[in-house]
Amino acid sequence: MSILVDGNTRVVVQGITGKEGSFHTTQMIEYNTNIVAGVTPGKGGQKFLNIPIFNTVKESKERTDANTSVIFVPPPFAADAIMEAAASGLGLVVCITEGVPASDMVKVKNFLNGTNTTLVGPNCPGVITPEKGKIGIMPGFIHSPGNIGVISRSGTLTYEAVDQLTKQGLGQSTCIGIGGDPIIGSNFVDLLTLFAHDDGTDGVILIGEIGGTAEEEAAEWVVKNHFTKPIVAFIAGQTAPPGRRMGHAGAIIASGKGTAEEKMKALKKAGITVVDSPSEIGITMKDIIDERNSD
Amino acid sequence: MKIHEYQAKELLKESGVPVPKGNHAFTVDEADEVAKNLKTELIVVKAQIHAGGRGKGGGVKLAHSFEEVKQHASNILGMTLITHQTGPEGKVVRRLLVEEGVAIATELYAGIVLDRSKNQFVFMVSTEGGVEIEKVAAQSPEKIIKEWIDPGLGLTDFQARNLAYSLGLAGDQAKNASKTFLSLWNAFEKSDCSLAEINPLVVTESGNVLALDAKMNFDDNALYRQPQINEMRDLSEELESEIEASKHNLNYIKLGGNVGCMVNGAGLAMATMDIIKLSGGEPANFLDVGGVASAETVARGFQIILSDPAVKSILINIFGGIVRCDRVAQGVIDALSQMDVEVPVIIRLEGTNAKEAANLLENSDLDFIVATSFQDGAEKAVRAAIRIES
Repeated sequence: MSILVDGNTRVVVQGITGKEGSFHTTQMIEYNTNIVAGVTPGKGGQKFLNIPIFNTVKESKERTDANTSVIFVPPPFAADAIMEAAASGLGLVVCITEGVPASDMVKVKNFLNGTNTTLVGPNCPGVITPEKGKIGIMPGFIHSPGNIGVISRSGTLTYEAVDQLTKQGLGQSTCIGIGGDPIIGSNFVDLLTLFAHDDGTDGVILIGEIGGTAEEEAAEWVVKNHFTKPIVAFIAGQTAPPGRRMGHAGAIIASGKGTAEEKMKALKKAGITVVDSPSEIGITMKDIIDERNSD
Repeated sequence: MKIHEYQAKELLKESGVPVPKGNHAFTVDEADEVAKNLKTELIVVKAQIHAGGRGKGGGVKLAHSFEEVKQHASNILGMTLITHQTGPEGKVVRRLLVEEGVAIATELYAGIVLDRSKNQFVFMVSTEGGVEIEKVAAQSPEKIIKEWIDPGLGLTDFQARNLAYSLGLAGDQAKNASKTFLSLWNAFEKSDCSLAEINPLVVTESGNVLALDAKMNFDDNALYRQPQINEMRDLSEELESEIEASKHNLNYIKLGGNVGCMVNGAGLAMATMDIIKLSGGEPANFLDVGGVASAETVARGFQIILSDPAVKSILINIFGGIVRCDRVAQGVIDALSQMDVEVPVIIRLEGTNAKEAANLLENSDLDFIVATSFQDGAEKAVRAAIRIES
């Protein structure tokens, strides 16, 4: 079992003919992801690697029954691309694009209210269910199928954590990079809710970072909803100075708020296992799972 | 991106927010000229740096004569102003704002920020103006009144009225304040602001509402569509090494320690800083070289890290995904064979083709320390830095 992506996922790639879009489409196909369509306005009727290209997402859905979109269009057009996918009725939209203005995302979030679309990203590596499908840019081979869910605001740090899990013999149910921007589609709470109901997930890795309050909200949610699956969390940016944007648009300690210390405290208070070192994520989950199995 | 107070006031004035009469000055003569044009008795000379707390640091002075204006201008220009926001090294003042002094009756606060958990911008006002709003938020949050802004509608008239009357204003003052709030929202929205603060927003003794100070930050992701804002960037406020890095699409932030680091990806870069600290060292910088760690980007990375003389060792931590580790290793070898790096370099490569990368590094005749794990890399880098220091 898994969340968001499974054997029924049918993907349309928005921006399939661009440099990033075409490269990663090839990579996703190599991972046996079911890519059914591409969209590039003005190139409808053409093909890319034998995949039909359409002018609009609406048409691609009507003709190929796509249910998921992955977006590689440049930042000025990304918000519109997300709304187009949602308006076309796609259930999952994964936006990889980095550099989308925050005010555009405020409008997108407002637009998504009342639709049935789940947005992941922007500025994220995407979603992968090992051996079922890869909707994004992560290296597929480090993943292995299993029962640990991963939710992370980071890209390469997620790969690091997944690699540690795989080396500990712990496969993954689904891994989601939720993105490093201040306004994003799905948050920790949205995805923990899905993992709570997924029989194929026995534990969750949560990788947060400085900025915002998403980790604190996750901690509160875990307590309120009696989430019993073990969570191992790491917060990046324990040494980050206040007031500086650390690479990600959303990774900033503003007005003294959003420090790693506050987040770690809130998570610990909720009974979540918080590791200080990023090298201990995999081994810590392994110990917890082993202990549960021996009980 | 940050701008100066005088630039923010120009933007606010364009949108209809009342500000004191004044102008910027780069020299003492210009300050004198601006003062003479103001035709007022009380004149304020304000240091323009990208940090708050300027008054306490001695960067804001009152003048009662043109002679005094010149005196203050000459004292403030070129001074290193240290405030709670500049850090201990302070900032050199290169620009001034010279404006009319105002007889203040009441000091208020008005600001707009992004509320990340509600996915909306929020307009905030408070009667506690002129003090740090973070302190008010922590000690008496009930004194901050908020209106969340619907992205389809913008700040509405009734919300602006709610804000104005909640401050205890009445009559024309309430009307002026609500008009000012609508203007502030307009200025904010059309320039892709990420934060705007008027602190204090004052009611003068003659009953006018006026923005006495102004701070505006902008969303870097939206600068492509904000040419006017882009032109306001003051490079002298930024570190040369950070400007140089941004020219090459590298994300570099200088910190205080002696262990340099070069990493792909922002989250992993922060985690690398953290693990250096946990291993007993202090990170010298944050550096995200992005997805493509080619010989060129690696060489640039070395140059930028080594521009900081405090650096005593460098940890390269790359998780190869789509970017193969052997390509990164070749990049490091090429870069190091072309330049003089006198501090120990510790390399940890994991992910795609990590084994091939290790072979390349071992077979080169260059002097690196190869780390076997994330933790091992951090420990080796910290130990190397300590050895060099002692």
